[in-house]
Parts: sequence; structure tokens; C-alpha cells
Amino acid sequence: MTATAEPTTSSAPPENVRSFPKPAFTDAEAGAKTFPSSTSRSYNYFTPAKKRATTYEDVTFDVQPDPARHLTQGWIYGFANGPGGYPQDWTVLRSSDWHQFRDPNEEWEQTIYRNNANIVRQTQQNLENAKAARAYDSWTRGWTTFVERDLGAWMHCENGLGMHVFTAAQRSAPTNMINNAMCVNAAHKLRFAQDLALFNLDISESGLPFDGSVHKAVWHEDPVWQGVRENAERLTAIGDWAQALFATNVVFESLVGVLFRSHLVMQVAARNGDYITPTIVGSGEHDYSRDLAYTRVLFSMLARDEEHGEANREVLQGWLAEWVPVSLHAAHQLQPIWSHPGERVVPFAESLAAATADLTNLLTELDLDVPKELSE
Amino acid sequence: MSRQSLSKAHKKITELSWEPTFATPATRFGTDYNFDKAPKKDPLKQILRSYFPMEEEKDNRVFGAMDGAIRGNMFRQVQERWMEWQKLFLSIIPFPEISAARAMPMAIDAVPNPEIHNGLAVQMIDEVRHSTIQMNLKRLYMNHYIDPAGFDMSEKAFANNYAGTIGRQFGEGFITGDAITAANIYLTVVAETAFTNTLFVAMPSEAAANGDYLLPTVFHSVQSDESRHISNGYSILLMALADEDNRVLLERDLRYAWWNNHCVVDAAIGTFIEYGTKDRRKDRDSYAEMWRRWIYDDYYRSYLIPLEKYGLKIPHDLVEEAWNRIWNKGYVHEVAQFFATGWPVNYWRIDPMTDEDFDWFEYKYPGWYNKYGKWWENYNRLKHPGRNKPIAFEDVDYQYPHRCWTCMVPCLIREDMVTEKVDGTWKTYCSETCAWTDIKAFRPEYEGRPTPNMGRLTGHREWETLHHDKDLAQVILDLGYVRDDGKTLIPQPHLDLDDPKKLWTLDDVRGINFQSPNVLLNEMSDADREAAVAAYTAGGPAGRPAPAPAA
Ligand SMILES: [Fe+2]
Ligand SMILES: [Fe+2]
Ligand SMILES: [Zn+2]
Repeated sequence: MTATAEPTTSSAPPENVRSFPKPAFTDAEAGAKTFPSSTSRSYNYFTPAKKRATTYEDVTFDVQPDPARHLTQGWIYGFANGPGGYPQDWTVLRSSDWHQFRDPNEEWEQTIYRNNANIVRQTQQNLENAKAARAYDSWTRGWTTFVERDLGAWMHCENGLGMHVFTAAQRSAPTNMINNAMCVNAAHKLRFAQDLALFNLDISESGLPFDGSVHKAVWHEDPVWQGVRENAERLTAIGDWAQALFATNVVFESLVGVLFRSHLVMQVAARNGDYITPTIVGSGEHDYSRDLAYTRVLFSMLARDEEHGEANREVLQGWLAEWVPVSLHAAHQLQPIWSHPGERVVPFAESLAAATADLTNLLTELDLDVPKELSE
Repeated sequence: MSRQSLSKAHKKITELSWEPTFATPATRFGTDYNFDKAPKKDPLKQILRSYFPMEEEKDNRVFGAMDGAIRGNMFRQVQERWMEWQKLFLSIIPFPEISAARAMPMAIDAVPNPEIHNGLAVQMIDEVRHSTIQMNLKRLYMNHYIDPAGFDMSEKAFANNYAGTIGRQFGEGFITGDAITAANIYLTVVAETAFTNTLFVAMPSEAAANGDYLLPTVFHSVQSDESRHISNGYSILLMALADEDNRVLLERDLRYAWWNNHCVVDAAIGTFIEYGTKDRRKDRDSYAEMWRRWIYDDYYRSYLIPLEKYGLKIPHDLVEEAWNRIWNKGYVHEVAQFFATGWPVNYWRIDPMTDEDFDWFEYKYPGWYNKYGKWWENYNRLKHPGRNKPIAFEDVDYQYPHRCWTCMVPCLIREDMVTEKVDGTWKTYCSETCAWTDIKAFRPEYEGRPTPNMGRLTGHREWETLHHDKDLAQVILDLGYVRDDGKTLIPQPHLDLDDPKKLWTLDDVRGINFQSPNVLLNEMSDADREAAVAAYTAGGPAGRPAPAPAA
């Protein structure tokens, strides 16, 4: 190539001629030539958990940089009272390497939309079928009231946690892997809350005697629900993101969430002639089992950290001491609703025993002592 | 869903939030804005039941196009000149995207309006989509494009490179400091509303003209979420405007955000579109022409100016000055020349300009050749190793620039440089507004009013400082910009891959001392510094040093 010393000033192209970029054969595809790095076809700045990096790792790892890794100039914006970016001391827990965490669900763009779209499609189909089959007509009066009031109250809880625990927390953890996992958790909660709300709307339009607005008053004022609401509100007030995650997904979800969804609703709905609610609440349970999976991996990593494990377990033990009584209190306050459905097929004590057994197992897995309240 | 059932469903969903009485959500991020008097504004109605399937369908189209591109051997027609710049662009952009997700709770904390909260939470999910779908596109490029070097170390290079850091403002700026400054004004009112048009509409059309139709597929899909985000931001802005006390902060933040976005985005995208393309049809729009349409007409005239009647003080002077920099002061050309000067510390290759390019530039920007032509001829002359050093270290009538402490793009429009001693150090700024941003805006007090939540400019902001007085070969080795033979550089000032002798190696850059202009400036005596600054501001355009004063 030679450059002209004097540019030629050309005239404007003719009007009214459609102009297209011309495709050119460039042969710029992989393998066309051999030269240094011509076969370097994997992201080489992080160590994958297994031999080959997964798509999930490739699209997630190191997107949130870290001064402890490659970020040489440091964070270039700070807060008025401290460093910007993602300070590790936004939780009191410590890790010798936060980047070890991988989401066992391997959530990224494709999984998020595939899973949630499948759920909402399934839910909508079920609701349409229910309407066509007049499925609500066979509900007992007691059950209808339960769905109207108690399931109605519960959807607020899911929404509040989604918005003010998980959405809030995903700003704060030191790695992209952790923040994305919490973000997906938020999406689950918000979607599930909306699924329940739209279910409530459907029933109130079904001709059944059903008060579609009473759920607000129940959530706000009914004494049986105030323990749950207090617990949920207090969870949103926790500033330490890991504490918020632990107190919600480990303690509250076990003692209240699973207690209500799995050990009450899922057990008694069918007995009361309702085959719709279990499909919706079942999707919430499915979400939770995914969300618990990443939570468990994260806290096992921290509890077993070679350097900080012992101190972390002590902190976690303190969080248990603080939050187990709150959630147990909420659970006990909820006891009267076990007699709300027409067909009482499961005693509260049995449900609570199942829930505490799950939590006990989880805590044992995390090498934590089981608080005495749980064995009482 | 029908319109009627959609609005019924939306109304139902708004019932989910409640006024807490036992405890209120933790305030992790403060703001100096006040929303007590704000009327509630509704953003677009968004329901997850329709959102997830809608986005899934968009995704299916994107993934279908990706399969098609590979089966159709797209890379046989892709311009290397273009793809090389994608190593930079796609190393940066997933971080701003994920930062936008992280910014959402900051806005939720700050704005007491549950209806907006829903919209912001949906935006959070969108932004995870954008970030990971872009990382996946880059992965496809790495796998199928002829030269994967630079794509393969993408996020590391982003984190240790001067250009990555410039881009990082567009990201860190969303998530740090005053929650409204960051998550509303900087992110949504300016970055998303004004600059995503150049990013996600102008960039893709240029990509297509260079044989790459995957970038358009992915970025148009991304852009289609943007109107919802803009609507979220607009609602918050109207709420903020309701309180007169917020107006001085709005004015401050709009000035800062507008100017910083201009400095950063126009530098990067302007360079990609003008210097990264092979499409030299005279009737294709130049970046300046696109800017005039997308930013000046669509954003400034149609979006910002109408807000004046609600009491928003619009930075008219800065909009005009941004245009002045682009049109009269050669901003994009100066930046592209700087990127090319700095090629040894890049992680992509930069193609020299040809006669056809010269011709196009002269047509679109009359007078271009007299300013920049000679330098690009020298770039071409010095592109191979052996007889010469990299162009930055040869005498080509170019003075390596000082860096702007605020926007971190160098002070390329030499006469505009501002030099001040701030917080104990001599700092240089590309413009009055960048100086004001550091000295006045990012401080705990603004125009006599306490602004305890305002952020700070932090970090090792002059990149060269980190590498001062080191051997260039060592700098490149430390950065990791070396190919898998352990000696050939990832960056090259040309696209010739066929002849190994044309590829620069560490040996070719050994023995060159790398220096930081800012360190040197701070080491000078007052008199020397004043003289150096006077000479610098007398220099340019195209980095030409001022003629030595007559003895
Ligand atoms: Fe985005
Ligand atoms: Fe966005
Ligand atoms: Zn600047």
C-alpha cells in the first residue's frame, strides 16, 4: 500500500442509486493460517473448576473484576466513606478465595429464560385448563378461604424477599458468580410471587365466592401472619449480604418457607379437591431447591475454608442463634392456619418436625452445631 | 395477553408490595436526593409471565443466527480490521451490562415507589442477559475468527489495560457513589437514553457492513430491552424534579454524566466506526453524522430539551462543546491516532489506513489529511519490526499525551488541557468540565450544600504511572499481551499474519524505556512545569509538538 501525498477530493456519489456495502472474501476464519496463538481458543485468564470450562464459567467468570486478580488500576470510583467496586468486607465472612464459588445450577442467560419461560407457560396452561374444567367449583369452602387468605398472604412474602433481600444483595458480593446466583434467586421469587398473584386474580374472576383483595389485610393484620411478616421485614433490613442470604435461604426458608409450601400446601391441597395450587406452589418449591443448592455450596465453601473456616463457622453460629428463634416464632404463630383447610390431613407438629429435620441435616452438612431450639 | 387483561394483571401485581412496620429495608447506598414530595410515576407495565417467554423467543432467534453464521462460514467474509476492535469492545461491554444489573437495588433503595421497583427488578434480569449473551458472542468470535489472541485473555486484559479502564467508568459509574447520580442520571438518563443508540444501533450497522451479522443480531436484541430501561429512568427523573432542592444536584449530575459519556463513548465507538471499518462508501454516515442524528437530534432535542419545562437545567453548552470537539477539534481522529500510537500495549491489532481510507476521511472531514495524513503514512511505514521501533518511540512529530485525570482519555485537544494541583498532586484534565468533575462535583460539598453521599474519583488513574521507568518488553510481559510462543506480541500495527518476520516480538521492543508523563510532570520544578504545560497546550493538532520558541 502506498499513501497518496495529496488526497484526491472526490465528488459526492450520484443521487438515487441504492448503495450497499460490498461483501468481500477475506478468509478470516479459524484455521485459515497458522501463526503464534492461532489455536488459542479458550479463555485463559481463569482456572475452570473441571478440566474444560463450561459455557456458564466462560460467560460469567471475571466479568466483575477484582483488584486481587487482574484489576491493576484498582476501582476508579469510590463511595464517600469507603472504596467502590465490590469490597470484601461488605460481609463479615471471609474467604481465602471467593472466586472458587461456582453456581451448581450454572445459571446464565439461556438457563434463566428457558426455565422461567417453561414455568410461566406451564402455569398459564394449567390455569386455562382449570378455568375450562371449572376446577375451582369442587373446592371446599374451607380450602377456598385458605387460598384466599393464607396463600394470598404468602405471595407478599415471596415478593418482599425477592425485591429487598435478593435483588438488594446481588449488588454486594465479591464475585460475579455469587451475585448472578443471587440475582437468579431474585428472579425466581419475584416470578413466583406474581404467579401466585395472577392465580389469585383468576380465582376471583371465576365466579367462586372469593375475595381477591383480602390477602392484603391478612398479611398486614391477621395475627397468625404477623410473625412471618416481621421475620420477612427483618430479613430485608440486614446490611450484610451473606447474613441476609443465610438468614433467608437457610433459616427462614427451612423453618417457614418449606414448612408452609411443602409441609402444608403441597400436602393438603389435593385432599381438598385442588389440583391447581400444587402445580404453582410446586414450581416455587422447585425454584427453592435450586436456590438452596447454590446457597449450600457457598456456605460449605466458607465453613470449610482452610484459613477462615473456623471463624466463619463461629459467625454462622451467631447468625443461627439470632435468626432461628425469629423463624421458629413465625412458624409457631402460623400454627392456626393448619386448621384452616377443610380437610386437616397433616398436624402442625408433624410439619414442623419435618422442616426442622431438613434444617438439621443442612446444618450438619455445613459442620454447624444445631441450635438447641431445633431439638426441643 | 389482551391489553385489558394485561393492565388488570399489572394492577394485581402492584398489590404485592406493602408498607413495612417492623423493619425497613437496609439502606446500603445513600443519596443526597430527596423523594419525599415526589408524585408516583408509573413506568411501563411489565409482568414476568409475559416477560420470560418474550425474552426466550428473542434468545432463540439470536442462537439460531449464531448457528447459521457458523454453518454459513460468516468468517470467510468478515473484515479483520473490524474484528480486531471487537477484542477491545467486547472486553469492555459485558461489565457495564452487569453493572447495570447491580445498580438496580441502588435505585430501588433510593426511590420510594414500588411500581418503579418492579420495572427496575426486570431490568436487573435483562442486564444479566445482556452481559452473558455478549460474553457468549465473544466466545464464538474466539472460536471461529482467524486470530483468537486477545479474545482469549479478554477479561484480564480489560482489567489491566488503559483502554479497558477508560471503558470501566461506563460501568463503575453506575454502581458507586450517590445512588441517584450513579444508577439514574449516569446510567439511565444519559448512558442508556443517549448513548446506547450509538452503541447498539450504529455499531451493529457498521458491523454488518464489515461482514459481521452476528453483532447486529445480538446487539439489536439487547437494544430491544432498552426502551423499558429508559422508561424506568424517565419516571425516576420526573420524581426527582418534583422537589426543587434536587434541581441543583440534577444539574450537576447531568453535566458530569453527559460530559463523561461523551468523553468515553465517543472516543471508543467513534474510533470503531471510523477507523475499524472497511466500508468507505461516501454515502454511508460518518460517526459525526450519526452523532448528529442519534445524540443531538434524538436525544438532546427530542428528549432533554422538553424536560426544561419541568425545571431541568440542560447543559446546552456541553452538548454544543461535545459536538464542537467531534466536528471541529477532531476528537475521534485524535483518539484513534492515540490508540494506534499505543499499539504495543493494546491487546488487538490495528490495521493501517489506505488510500481509500484517506480519501473517505478527506471527503467526510475536509482538512483531515493535512492534520492526520502524514502520521498515518508514518504508521504504515513503521509497521514492521527490524529497522525501527514502534511508532511511539520514533520521531514522527507526535508528543505522547498527558492523561485526563477524570475521564482517563488523554488530553488530546492540546489547547484545552487544564493543569491543577489537586489533593497534593499535579493533575491534568482534558477539558474544563473534566477538571470541574474532579475538583467540584465529586466532593462532599457542592455549591455550599453538603453532599455526603457523593462518590469519589479513586484508583491509580494514570495508567502509565504503574509502568513508569520500565522496559517496554517488561511492561508487555507483565500485562500478559504475549502469544503462546512466549515471544510474539498479541498487538501488532498491521494485519499481516502470513509472514512471521512481520510480527513483532518481545525482542523487538526490548531496551525501550516506558515513562509516565504525569510522574515526570510532578517531578519538575515549578518553572519547568509551567514551561512544559505551555508548550503542550501550544501543540497539536494530531499530537504535533509546538514549534520551539525562537531563541
Ligand atoms: Fe443492557
Ligand atoms: Fe439497559
Ligand atoms: Zn477528560
